[in-house]
Order: sequence, then structure tokens, then C-alpha cells
Amino acid sequence: MQLESMYQEIILDHYRNPHHKGLREPYDAEVHHVNPTCGDEVTLRVHLEGANGEARVADVSYDAMGCSISQASASVMSDLIIGKTVKDAMTVGDEFLALMQSRGAASPEEGSLNEDVLEDAVAFAGVSKYPARIKCALLAWMAWKDATARALNP
Amino acid sequence: MSTAEVSPGIGASAERPFSALLDTERLRRDFPILSRTVRGGRPLVYLDSGATSQKPRQVLDAEREFYERHNAAVHRGAHLLAEEATDAYEGARAIIARFIGGVPGEVVFTKNATEAINLVAYAMSNAATSGPEAARFAVGPGDEVLVTEMEHHANLVPWQQLCARTGATLRWFGITDEGRLDLSEIDTLLNERTKIVALTHQSNVLGTVPPVAEVVRRAREVGALVLLDAAQSVPHQPVDVEELGVDFIAFSGHKMLGPSGIGVLWGRRELLAAMPPFITGGSMIEVVRMEGSTFMPPPQRFEAGVPMAAQAVGLGRACDYLSEIGMDRVHAHEEALTAYALERLGEIEGVQIIGPATTEARGGTVSFVVEDIHPHDVGQVLDELGVAVRVGHHCAWPIVRRFGIPATTRASFYVYNDLADVDALADGVRQAQKFFGTA
Repeated sequence: MQLESMYQEIILDHYRNPHHKGLREPYDAEVHHVNPTCGDEVTLRVHLEGANGEARVADVSYDAMGCSISQASASVMSDLIIGKTVKDAMTVGDEFLALMQSRGAASPEEGSLNEDVLEDAVAFAGVSKYPARIKCALLAWMAWKDATARALNP
Repeated sequence: MSTAEVSPGIGASAERPFSALLDTERLRRDFPILSRTVRGGRPLVYLDSGATSQKPRQVLDAEREFYERHNAAVHRGAHLLAEEATDAYEGARAIIARFIGGVPGEVVFTKNATEAINLVAYAMSNAATSGPEAARFAVGPGDEVLVTEMEHHANLVPWQQLCARTGATLRWFGITDEGRLDLSEIDTLLNERTKIVALTHQSNVLGTVPPVAEVVRRAREVGALVLLDAAQSVPHQPVDVEELGVDFIAFSGHKMLGPSGIGVLWGRRELLAAMPPFITGGSMIEVVRMEGSTFMPPPQRFEAGVPMAAQAVGLGRACDYLSEIGMDRVHAHEEALTAYALERLGEIEGVQIIGPATTEARGGTVSFVVEDIHPHDVGQVLDELGVAVRVGHHCAWPIVRRFGIPATTRASFYVYNDLADVDALADGVRQAQKFFGTA
């Protein structure tokens, strides 16, 4: 079955035991995003430290309801970006977006994935083959970008 | 058409009405798409007819023949093709009217059921500025519009918007834990202030068929109009508008073996005749001057622009196809499949049916949740096995919210489904449990 290519062990692990889940204080911005086609929802907070140019992601906390892909994606994302500068975290986000839009073209085997940047998020490569699930994987990332923009420009 | 022989090997038992099953082996030959394969070369098990049905060759041929032999803009031109196209279009209207027990002048073609419902909602807000004849449709502050919590967004959002435009108040019937319409407060909810009741004839999520007669009886007492969203009933059970006693019904062609891009609003003649138009333009006018225009009588008043003639012809053929089978037999077939599905799914530990547990006052739509597996993930495993189902909130978000769940997995049946399709569904659910390690 092709299923294993989508549901990598990393994804199932994060789904069963999500990291950084739960809404925490302090935070600079909170957003609520939904996937209107399936009803998945995420409430996400960001806490930044440092001035605009040097801002660093001090914390990302979230409460989410949805499928394994959207839940695991939020968990992997928070692992990846907490502690990074906003600039570096945005680079990861852009790389992840490119991966999701690759329609399955990028794969670890072909070496076309930027694994140094994506780290555990490369596990989502299989998801990009299923257009209906891409929005699930992107839900938390889009919420984080939105929240960060609001935190930087209150 | 003979009924299918059911081999005793596939779960037949004396108490289930399997003798009601149609000869699906023969019917399926009419549906080219059902012989294609899907992921991994697996045969297609199509259990998403509630979203859209597949189309038999007869419907596709009827559309093709219209384009190849008679195509012209209907109700325009004096040439032979225009005449033939108009005859085909109006002939289709007559077939469809007969199919639902109405008369052709009461059948308005729309894009789909959604547009049909919007037509009525917009006619009601346009009524305020359309003269004394339309005054009975006008709504404003103090008036009420009554819907139900089990509506598809198509029969909810247009009424929310009507209320937002006019200042009227939206009220709704709730849903019981069993997935039935809660009519316990009907006498207060449906009162002298109620201008229209808009309710589903069969829930697209729960399968529930609400007691329409009781709602109609009360609506008549207080003088409210009744609109029935029949998108999930006209394709699946015999529907007779006179017997129902409602004022409007709306349905879509694509859910009943017909083409997409065509739907129907049926309305009582005297009501349609007094209603102001929704979409305006060519075809629907009587006299046009720079200072203003007058409009055609119904149904033309509500059919602005060159209409979807080929789709009307296709829908007419779909009605004939269903009539050849017999709507009683379509209903009985789906009832047998639903009984079997409720049983097969019900015996799986961790599966909960969302909706009535029996086939009593219920159609062939079965929603369920699988413990600890999100519906999207259930759907993904089923898809991998070639089983096409719908997952999500099914354009009826308030229902899943009512049951405190994020979404459901939904299987919906039609004439071409058989017991083996139900088996594939149940087996797939068990495979999902195995894959995600929950059973």
C-alpha cells in the first residue's frame, strides 16, 4: 500500500504524542484558522523575543482539532521553529510550502529535498501526492505565519 | 428488470429484505465509470452518491444527441433547430414535472438546488420593492424564518442572509440524540410570525427523513410557506409534490443520475405567479423600454439568459431511467443496503453511527465515526482500497457540532451499489483500525 508513504512513522508518532500542544502565556498574538472544506481548526499563539530584525521565536503554543496530518504537522512545526530567529523560521516555512506544492515530485531518495532545513518535516513529502491533504499539512504553518505577522505589526 | 439473485454467502439472512435488491450487475453496465480502476489498479467502489451520482450511458447519449442533432438557443429564433431545441427543452420540463407529480408550468430550471433555494430567498427580499402582488412574500423586522439544525448549508446560509438583509429573525428546530428532528417545541417555533419554514426532506449527513406532514400541518395553521430541500429525496424515493402539500421543493440533477449544471425549483403556480424575479436579463422579459421592463409569467420569469438545454434533456432522460426502474424499487434497494450497512458497521467495535440506528424514516446515507481515528484518515485508508466515501462536515457544519465531533465519514448508496460494496466499506474500516493500531 501507498499509505505508508503518507503516514510515515514520524507523523504517526507526533500525532499520538504531540509536542508543545496546549495554549500558553505569555504570547504576542493569537490566531484561529480553519480548513473550511473539512472543519479542521487550530488556535495558535506566538511569543517573540527581541527587536524586529532580530526577533526570535520564543514559543509557539496551540490547540488543534483535526486529522493526523494536521495534528502532526503542528507538532513538527513547533519543534522546528521554537528557538529559531523569525527569519530562519520563515525559511523553513517557505521550504515546507514548496515541498507541499511539489505534487510528490520531491523525495528523499532523489535528494531533491532540503533536509538540512526541513529536518523531521521531510516526512510530509508523501502528503504532497494527495492534493486533498495538503491543506491539512499547511494549516498550522499558515496560522503561524499569520500570528507572527500580527505580532511583528501589532 | 429482474431482481438480483443474492448468493447466501454474502451475509443474507431471512429477516433482511434482500429480495428488494435490484439487478445491479445489469444496471452497472450502464455506468461506464464504474468499470474503471482506481489507486493500485483496484476496482472502484463508489459510495459517494450523496455528493454526486454517476451517470448512465443513456443520459450521456441524450445530451450528446441534443448537441449533435438539435443544438440551438431555446425560445429564440425561427429556424428548425431552434424549434427542435425548444421542444426538447420543454419536453424535458414535462418529464421532470411528471416525475414529481407536478405540472410543467410549476417547474423552474436553475443551476442546482442551491440556486433554487436562493431564488426563493431573493424573491422574498425583492418583494419589499415589487408592488402589492408580491407583498405576501415580504419579510422584515418581527417576521421569522424557520429552519432546522440538520440543514445542508444550501438551505441554511441563504436564509441567514435573507434575515441579515431584511431584519427578520432566524429560528431553528434542534436535533435529538438519535438524529431525529426535535419537534417538541413546534407550536412555539412555528407561529404567526413565521413567514417560511425551510427544511430538508432527507438529511445529507444523518439520513433522517423528518416528519414533513406534521410541519406542513402546523405551517398551514399559521399561514407560513413551506420549502423542502429535496436534493437528497427526489433521487432516492418516490416524491409527489401534491401529496407532500408543500409550497416549494428544490433539487439538483447531478445527484439523480443527471448532468451537473441543472437543478429544479418546483413551486405552486399561484405563488410563482406572484413572486418577483431573482436573476434578470434576456428570456425572462415581456416588454423592455429604456425606462423599465415587464416580466414573463413563470417559469420563464425565473429563467434569465440562454438556458442549459442539453442538461435539461439529460435530466429528463435520468428521470425516465429512474422511472423505468421504479422509484419504489430504488427506495427498497437502498433500504436493504442501508440495513446491511448499519449491521456491518454496527458490529465493528469502536464504530459509532451518527444518525438513526434503524432504516425507519431514513435514507441511504450512513455517517459514522471510528474511535481514535479522524474521519480524514479513515477516508484515506478507504481511498487506498478503492472505496470512495465523503469525509468532513458535508456542508452541514452545525450537525457535526451538535454531536460534538469534528467530522464524519459518510457512505451513501444508489441504484448501482450492492452488498459487496458494503462489505468493502466494512472491511476497509477494519483495515483503518489495523493501520492506525486502534483495534
